[in-house]
Amino acid sequence: MTFAANFSLVLPEAILGASALVLLVWGAFHGKVSPLFTGAAVLALLGAAVAAMAGPHGHAFNGVYAADAAATYAKVAIYLFSAIAVVLGDRWLAVRGDQKFEFAVLIVLAALGMGVTASAGDLISLYIGVELQSLALYVLAAFRRDDAKSSEAGLKYFVLGALSSGLLLYGASLIYGFAGSTRFADIAAVAHGAHGMGLLFGLVFLICGLAFKVSAAPFHMWTPDVYEGAPTPVVGFFAAAPKLAAMMMLARVLGDAFPDAAGQWRQILIITSLASVFVGAFAGLAQSNLKRLWAYSSIANVGYALLGVATGGETGLGSMLLFMTLYMVDVTGFFACLQALSRDGKPMETIEDMAGLVKERPGVALAMTAFSLSALGLPPFSGFWAKFYVFGAAMGSGDVLLQWAAVLGLVGSVVAAFYYLRLIKTMWFDAPASAVDKPQPTARAIGFAAALFSFPVVLVALIWLDPAARAAAAAFGHA
Amino acid sequence: MIGLSHYLVVAAILFTIGVFGIFVNRKNIIVILMSIELILLAVNINLVAFSVYLHDVVGQIFAMFVLTVAAAEAAVGLAILVTFFRNRGDIAVDDASVMKG
Repeated sequence: MTFAANFSLVLPEAILGASALVLLVWGAFHGKVSPLFTGAAVLALLGAAVAAMAGPHGHAFNGVYAADAAATYAKVAIYLFSAIAVVLGDRWLAVRGDQKFEFAVLIVLAALGMGVTASAGDLISLYIGVELQSLALYVLAAFRRDDAKSSEAGLKYFVLGALSSGLLLYGASLIYGFAGSTRFADIAAVAHGAHGMGLLFGLVFLICGLAFKVSAAPFHMWTPDVYEGAPTPVVGFFAAAPKLAAMMMLARVLGDAFPDAAGQWRQILIITSLASVFVGAFAGLAQSNLKRLWAYSSIANVGYALLGVATGGETGLGSMLLFMTLYMVDVTGFFACLQALSRDGKPMETIEDMAGLVKERPGVALAMTAFSLSALGLPPFSGFWAKFYVFGAAMGSGDVLLQWAAVLGLVGSVVAAFYYLRLIKTMWFDAPASAVDKPQPTARAIGFAAALFSFPVVLVALIWLDPAARAAAAAFGHA
Repeated sequence: MIGLSHYLVVAAILFTIGVFGIFVNRKNIIVILMSIELILLAVNINLVAFSVYLHDVVGQIFAMFVLTVAAAEAAVGLAILVTFFRNRGDIAVDDASVMKG
């Protein structure tokens, strides 16, 4: 394979890497954030999404890099949501007079890291992608450096993120030693037959490290603190694209490198999945801060996505990709609404702050109601379809363990319904404390668009989203 | 004769010390950064030992990547620690608890 052929496969990431460097130099010399600068960052991300969609499929650099249907699907979603995050963050910082050019650069770098993990075909490229993404995200969490909460969130995220990278790396080193290669295809060949304890040990460490990244219980403890402390648009970003990227990593490792060891990793995933669903449901009951509440909601949702990974195969992984896509729209819309709202110039972050929102700002209240109902899983909102496909895949697998896990997952979502309904009740039936400021228009528009997607656009979108996710999932296991 | 298993045991011990350093340590965040470094270096010992044992250079290439990333990670970690110190005037672990619940 010529270098040009290899390069054409990594073109989306090359675009992002080059534009991150150009933006960095531009920002360093120019200093101020202009609409042109933000526009250029958005354009780079959209360009990378188009390049990923239009680019050829294949394995670059001797299989280190896999540009297949799964990578394309994930990358398009990741780059689009990163572009939205650039716009939302820019508006949010502009309102506070705290615009810094590093914000867009960091998002582009994080997106680059996520893109690399999404097409990792080797433990080294997986690790480099994870670190590129994580290092950018640590800084984003601590972005408001004069705010005590933000820097504490950054510090906590950094310490636990570094620990999870260490676990992941230790697992990777053991897998390398006992499989004799870092290439997923070679590992799959070794893991196919009788394999020793060493390989399994490495796999467990690797799964633990990745469970940290997706914030699955029992490795979820950083999530509520980071969500509460980090700036609101950054949280909206954290909850969407990096979660999909981390789920993609898990699918890559398990689907590409260990497809024949499913018997070993399935139980681990089912246990973490159920633990996440129940931690998310029960711990969320006690929360009053909305960002904290949505942190627990994201833990529960990751649990459902993990159930899809545990089911495995085309239907299981396809349902996971679909679930994550629909969840990303919901969560981005929710945080867009949250950042648009303020009362007397102060952000509205607790459930009590939302009292009587429907009388003050009916549009935003309606959108947030749609997101809550969707997260609850009420038909016909998108969250229902997301859960429908995941549970359907688990039920259709014929594995009794998976079927029971799906039933228990359903019970968990009934428990979680309490806090979503409490938010809706507060918005619709409680008396407002004081006037709500005029919402920030860009964030509100993005929130409305996401709410419209949640219902009714989702019904149309599913017609092509479901086959696309299925086709993407079919690419796993051909490393 | 020192074999592969000796290196693996040393790496496992260093890794365990690193993990415990993060969880048991209640005093200073700098110690946590040192523990993270210890974990990454334990992994490097693993990688290089396996690389020699397998007669495969990939493990050593991996170790170079890990070293590079560890440097970047330390830089980012210290930068975040500095902003934390400016806001709080202290870097004790117990102080990092504005948010609870």
